[in-house]
Amino acid sequence: MSERPKPVDPERHSSYLPREKKSTKPFHQTPMLDQLVDGPWPSFVTGLKRLAHGNNMMVDVLGQLEHSYKTRLGYWKGGTVSVFGYGGGIIPRFSEVAAMFPESKEFHTLRVQPPAGNHYTTKMLRQLSNSWNKWGSGLIAFHGQTGNIMFIGSTSENTQHFFDEINEYGFDLGGAGPCVRTAMSCVGAARCEQSNCNEMKVHRTLVNNFIDDMHRPALPYKFKFKVSGCPNDCMNSIQRADFAVIGTWRDDIQVDQAEVKAYVGSHGRKYTIDNVVARCPTKALSLNDDDTLAIDNRNCVRCMHCINVMTKALSPGKDKGITLLIGGKRTLKIGDTMGTVIVPFMKLDTDEDYEKLREIAANVIDFWAENGLEHERCGEMIERIGLVNFLEGIGIDVDPHMISHPRTSSYVRMDEWDQEAEKWMQRKQPATA
Amino acid sequence: MDQTQAVTKKKMRQPIESGCPDGMQYMHPLMLKNFGNWKYHDRPRPGVLHHVAHSGDEIWTVRLGTQRQLGPYEINLLCDIIDKYGEGYVRFTIRSNMEVMVSKWEKVAPLIKAIEAAGYPVGGTGNSVTMISHTQGWLHCDIPGTDASGVVKALMDELHTEFVREEMPNRVHITTSCCQINCGGQGDIAINVQYTKPPKINHDLVANVCERPSVVARCPVAAIRPAIVNGKPSLEVDEKKCICCGACYPPCPPMQINDADHSKLAIWVGGKNSNARSKPMFHKLVAAGIPNNPPRWPEAAAIVKKILAVYKQDARDWERVGDWVERIGWPRFFELTGLPFTKFHIDNWRGARNSLNASTHIRF
Repeated sequence: MSERPKPVDPERHSSYLPREKKSTKPFHQTPMLDQLVDGPWPSFVTGLKRLAHGNNMMVDVLGQLEHSYKTRLGYWKGGTVSVFGYGGGIIPRFSEVAAMFPESKEFHTLRVQPPAGNHYTTKMLRQLSNSWNKWGSGLIAFHGQTGNIMFIGSTSENTQHFFDEINEYGFDLGGAGPCVRTAMSCVGAARCEQSNCNEMKVHRTLVNNFIDDMHRPALPYKFKFKVSGCPNDCMNSIQRADFAVIGTWRDDIQVDQAEVKAYVGSHGRKYTIDNVVARCPTKALSLNDDDTLAIDNRNCVRCMHCINVMTKALSPGKDKGITLLIGGKRTLKIGDTMGTVIVPFMKLDTDEDYEKLREIAANVIDFWAENGLEHERCGEMIERIGLVNFLEGIGIDVDPHMISHPRTSSYVRMDEWDQEAEKWMQRKQPATA
Repeated sequence: MDQTQAVTKKKMRQPIESGCPDGMQYMHPLMLKNFGNWKYHDRPRPGVLHHVAHSGDEIWTVRLGTQRQLGPYEINLLCDIIDKYGEGYVRFTIRSNMEVMVSKWEKVAPLIKAIEAAGYPVGGTGNSVTMISHTQGWLHCDIPGTDASGVVKALMDELHTEFVREEMPNRVHITTSCCQINCGGQGDIAINVQYTKPPKINHDLVANVCERPSVVARCPVAAIRPAIVNGKPSLEVDEKKCICCGACYPPCPPMQINDADHSKLAIWVGGKNSNARSKPMFHKLVAAGIPNNPPRWPEAAAIVKKILAVYKQDARDWERVGDWVERIGWPRFFELTGLPFTKFHIDNWRGARNSLNASTHIRF
């Protein structure tokens, strides 16, 4: 482990500790946590100690955390705390060892939705920090795994005061419990050439449409929206979101052949073949004799690899839209499920397009609210009832893009084969006519 | 309502259900101006992104690692730097890195100098080991088997040089999780708590604290059933069936799953969220039985560093950990890392046969 060089200005450094102690309660001994003070990475322990110089609550939080390190057990219990008018959004924490650490017997977290894309001005960051310093411990996590700003550590009474204050300047609570949760979207169109949709608009269209389902938990379990502007899926939506929106395109990759030649010139032909052409999952790329690139766009699966590597030469096409995947989640209870395609492509240009997206989301949530078992994620319900029943429930037609391959088992009744085949032919007709 | 009551009752403020705030109002003016019109990007040095718009506008982003949990001192320290050397605009990545945007290349070096002088590392871009995605652990969670901030701090101290350089074959996303729910998510390398003993039940409390039918329903292997213990309604666990997943503990805290000695750590590799090259992949178990050893978890850190060293040495450019293992095969992975292969690596959950080798594709 490399050591950190001595700070030039110790007063303006992540290792700074105030000389004056304003908290009235003496510090607990923290020999284990003290071992996390040094080292090149900024230390959260130093941060907690700084706060403990100012307030007694953090003195006892440090004491309880050291106690956890010593005994290797956690000592927080849940409970019920909310703000007036809402049923969720706060993670209540009551200490089980309050007799030893009474100042932090209540140490609740407020989950607050950050601005879409996690953009802040320094002015707004300072304002949020000041509000929390007034009503809470001062400690803020940017951000939790679901995407919330986590304001960690306040009493039951002060959660209301803090919420009232930040709610007045435009911030609202996120979700906690069986409800629509805070959503996430990538930086996207704001700063990324690979963006294929207006991620922030999708994010806010979806989540703000279900704000009642967020603030008043009444669904079978949690429901998460995540929005990534391209298939690199920086928001991890396929694996983590019940409802994943991923930007994509359906025309040809845009190629600047002069830049392709420049890339081959600077990186070499072998490197280009090994790392761009040969890494295409569907063998859709070929390097021409004149060092330009030939692309079989019909067989491109929009994986993004070549575009990631040759950022100047290649970019997504112009006919942009989104793919929708439903049902991603981690282990509990049936094992991991990835989100799977339910809409291979839809445009997202007009108000009507956004309205259609909202409708699909509403249909999914309504059907799941009606048919999901208690504590059953949407993907688990689909696993239990089968994709076809789910599709019929939300009014979406089957499509071969939804599967990796057709069924391999012959154990199925197919009484209505002719009618179903006819439906497909009917649906295909306008396209071929 | 009684009239005196109505008069004395404090009027509560109605919430404004504004939902997710619009990010546009906090966005750097160049990002606003060129929204949806960016042309390409490159990375002039580790920790710095350079984006060029179709309009010809350019923006530089300096990425720095944080401890995620920030107090007023850190927030003001960093905001002072951003106001003085940056342009007052900042955003956070999904892995708690801060991104500071500036409109001129000349501003990048002084900004980096100021950030580093304040003790914050600049990096986490491109083929680096970026910040470990982070949960709450003992600091705030109600069911944690270990700490999160401490594990991350200890590991990032060790991996600091890999954060500030871009020397890996491809980006490396590490995650940590304090219980088997795995809030940290999928990772190229994931360090997760793994319980090894069934829950210890406090039968005096179950009837008052737990909604018994929902606890029974929560068990993935139907190992929990209602029972009368010491004359009180409670629950009992068939310990032969129990897989020690801890799913019963959140809805029923008297079913304590955590244990100072028997809550272990396990390491998983090859998770990938991106669709680039291969389809998204889940991470797979490679090591378990690792002691939960605060404050610096040296045993877990040693295995992570070993896997990273082998990956750095053996993987080809652009291969993520999962891509690399798919090319070289799992037998070679265990050979190169020196990790033991056991019967526990062979899946027996639903769909497990899909993970078996149904071919003669074997490397010698």
